[in-house]
Amino acid sequence: MKIGANFPAKIPEGPIKDKWTSYKNKIDLVNPANKRLIDIIVVGTGLAGGSAAATLAELGYNVKAFCFQDSPRRAHSIAAQGGINASKNYMGDGDSDYRLFYDTVKGGDYRAREENVYRLAEVSGNIIDQCVAQGVPFARDYGGLLDNRSFGGVLVSRTFYAKGQTGQQLLLGAYSAMNRQIARGKIKMYNRHEMMDLVIVEGKARGIIAKNLITGDLERHSAHAVVIASGGYGNVFYLSTNAMGSNVSAAWKIHKKGAWFANPCFTQIHPTCIPVSGDHQSKLTLMSESLRNDGRIWVPGKEEDAKAIRSGTLRPTAIAEDDRDYFLERRYPAFGNLVPRDVASRAAKERCDAGFGVNATGEAVYLDFAAAIIRYGKEKALVTHQDANNEALVLELGREIIATKYGNLFQMYEKIVDENPYETPMMIYPAVHYTMGGIWVDYDLMTTVPGCYAIGEANFSEHGANRLGASALMQGLADGYFVLPYTIGNYLAEDIRTGAIPVDTPEFDAAEKGVQEQLERFIYNKGSKPVDYFHKKLGKVMWNKVGMSRNAKDLNDAIEEIQAIRDEFYKEVKVPGNLDGFNEELAKAGRVADFLELGELFAKDALKREESCGGHFREEYQTPEGEAKRDKAFQYVAAWEHKGAPKDAKLHKEMLDYKYIEVKERSYK
Amino acid sequence: MNLKLKIWRQKNAATKGKIVNYDINEVSSDMSFLEMLDVLNADLTEKGDEPVSFDHDCREGICGSCSLQINGRPHGPDGGTTTCQLHMRKFKDGDSIVIEPFRAKAFPIVKDLIIDRSAFDRVQHAGAFVSVNTSGNTQDANATPINKGDADNAFDAASCIGCGACVAACKNASAMLFVSAKVSQYALLPQGQVEREKRVTDMISQMDEEGFGACTNTGACEVECPKGISITNIARMNREFIKSNLKS
Repeated sequence: MKIGANFPAKIPEGPIKDKWTSYKNKIDLVNPANKRLIDIIVVGTGLAGGSAAATLAELGYNVKAFCFQDSPRRAHSIAAQGGINASKNYMGDGDSDYRLFYDTVKGGDYRAREENVYRLAEVSGNIIDQCVAQGVPFARDYGGLLDNRSFGGVLVSRTFYAKGQTGQQLLLGAYSAMNRQIARGKIKMYNRHEMMDLVIVEGKARGIIAKNLITGDLERHSAHAVVIASGGYGNVFYLSTNAMGSNVSAAWKIHKKGAWFANPCFTQIHPTCIPVSGDHQSKLTLMSESLRNDGRIWVPGKEEDAKAIRSGTLRPTAIAEDDRDYFLERRYPAFGNLVPRDVASRAAKERCDAGFGVNATGEAVYLDFAAAIIRYGKEKALVTHQDANNEALVLELGREIIATKYGNLFQMYEKIVDENPYETPMMIYPAVHYTMGGIWVDYDLMTTVPGCYAIGEANFSEHGANRLGASALMQGLADGYFVLPYTIGNYLAEDIRTGAIPVDTPEFDAAEKGVQEQLERFIYNKGSKPVDYFHKKLGKVMWNKVGMSRNAKDLNDAIEEIQAIRDEFYKEVKVPGNLDGFNEELAKAGRVADFLELGELFAKDALKREESCGGHFREEYQTPEGEAKRDKAFQYVAAWEHKGAPKDAKLHKEMLDYKYIEVKERSYK
Repeated sequence: MNLKLKIWRQKNAATKGKIVNYDINEVSSDMSFLEMLDVLNADLTEKGDEPVSFDHDCREGICGSCSLQINGRPHGPDGGTTTCQLHMRKFKDGDSIVIEPFRAKAFPIVKDLIIDRSAFDRVQHAGAFVSVNTSGNTQDANATPINKGDADNAFDAASCIGCGACVAACKNASAMLFVSAKVSQYALLPQGQVEREKRVTDMISQMDEEGFGACTNTGACEVECPKGISITNIARMNREFIKSNLKS
């Protein structure tokens, strides 16, 4: 079978609402006795990988699951805060599969594949049923039924949540399902193992080389199919809301073995994160989008006030209402503070670049709860028959209500910034949060390498050029619980007579040798600078030239600069310790080496996409009001084929044809 | 500020470890504790020494990777906080800080400050799940209403991050808070009822097998828990265990 043979996407025939059902009715199945003869490797144990591993094991396959953390429960899905979307229409506000489908395609600025998004909407309700059956403690109302809240870019309430810890509860649900299969021996769990390379035998993915991070040993693992669920690559920016260990390596290794990488430049910059405090900063912390339900975003209207705030001579609370610029409400009266993330982020950057930023670095805007505190306080005073004109009482009552809604977030903010957000407005600034781009997959979620699948944030996903809030959890679990377990059977049906895949073959020898050589190169390099030096340098180039706002000159510069950093990295990197034993610096070196290649492809993709859409904003392509200007000629998925170096990568276009949704100007005014 | 660090260094599980002293200068009060260690590690690497190994990942207090016994307290001096969310403003110029791994027989040392907490995973394998397959045909999520109080209490118990501070804080190295949080979550929900008795017995038996100590109600676990998991969960687990034994 030729690599790349399954491009384009193998979309089933028929009307969109019947495609998934008729697909499931027609695919090949593997009988239960034969499933016992088939091994599947799953790399990553977040929402996508964890749910896939558990479900595949329930079906009877032998699963080997890998994570670099010390337990599958620590994958970074655990940090997702706000919620998970599903078209249950429990609120009776007119929600439906079609509306969820429509909102997702529109929110993604018409750069996602219609059929995949419809399937996502279709299975979204099942996810909630499944999670509740597992004992996931979602928020409930006093009648004992599930509660919903609303997120940016939509007009219904369809977000299920568990306080500000929805990701944690959903991941622990998937982890519990995994535990049941680990106990039955159907999942063999490899903690503290990192995938180092993919092994291809006769054109099919047949195994991986993994490194035991405790002993440093390289191990060979074979299987009939390999599933990559290793998350996103936001850490190419060095600073992001991702975990320290989040990396692109598993995805990048399969890319170098023939899997095409799609839309690498589609990155979500989340508007509400805690600003950078200094050069020592190692990561950024998100403040949930749910805060924009009650917080108002502003900067001083006068430049001299902004200067005085930055120098510490003026407090924000001393600025009169008329001297404040609530710029989102001003620019987008219809959606106000609840515009989608890409729009809110760019608007904040625009104000800071114009000189109105509010912390010492000039890169922060206010998120102010004063109005909400008074509004809630007055209401509570009236309901409880107290004096609604008593200012102190109103403030006290209002703060109590805000604490019940966002208490854990306010506490986290106070711990990090050392200011009380109940009294002074929060300072926030956009930060890299999620990557919509990723490994190209067909309708089956198979990559262009036969037998190699990519799910969750690791694939190029259903979110197009911009992901809506609370949709990442939905996609990860949809892929793992409800899509992949069906589609993979269609492929594995051919493999029932194959037998176990041997690991003492030339293909495994070659892959292991390549890994060993790279590790030795790092350890024996006579450099002088630690890995983080290069990672930070790469991050600065990415943020300044390939970040929220891009132009051709900067992108060309970035490509050259990244190439130069990569050369310097291989000459100058210093990795302490030995090849054996636990060596975090060695693991980091391998991950940063891959970021240094991905970063260049990322910039190249941004350069070639000569339009603005969603999270990708090109300064050359904007309307007179400064909004993103989409171009029909770029209505495609850019899938890059590896040809040696990132600069030589070859572009394949999957044209996106919208049959069920009319492509319109995305307006939130 | 300038600080004196006394850090436990140990090459691997097979060798003996010792406390090593390091001076670190110009620490900013805005740094997190782990960022302070990052600075130390960058210095060590440039000097050609091996950096101090410690577990960490999300750095926002939810993954449960980070640990560290800081001046004798799990996750350090600030209440309701994991080490990654602890900031250097909680320390003063000239302070000495002793940094050790969490100490418990069931958590063997891997290297330096890294411990092996897989015993926690094995306790969960013993019964911390509801036996339901992924089918898409489970009943509708709203078919069984759940009393809000029970749902909220189940959530509070389920918010445990599995860091092991409760074990490190306990003079008996007991894992009762960790195990009881999971037992409680399922005991409070209708979905957990069918396997209720078997679950508590199996999990407790695995907990004992892993070498965790017994509970003597000192309450230290609750005080040091970064997520405020309550010891009422332990009381509930004891009731569950007795009921389960009486029935069997």
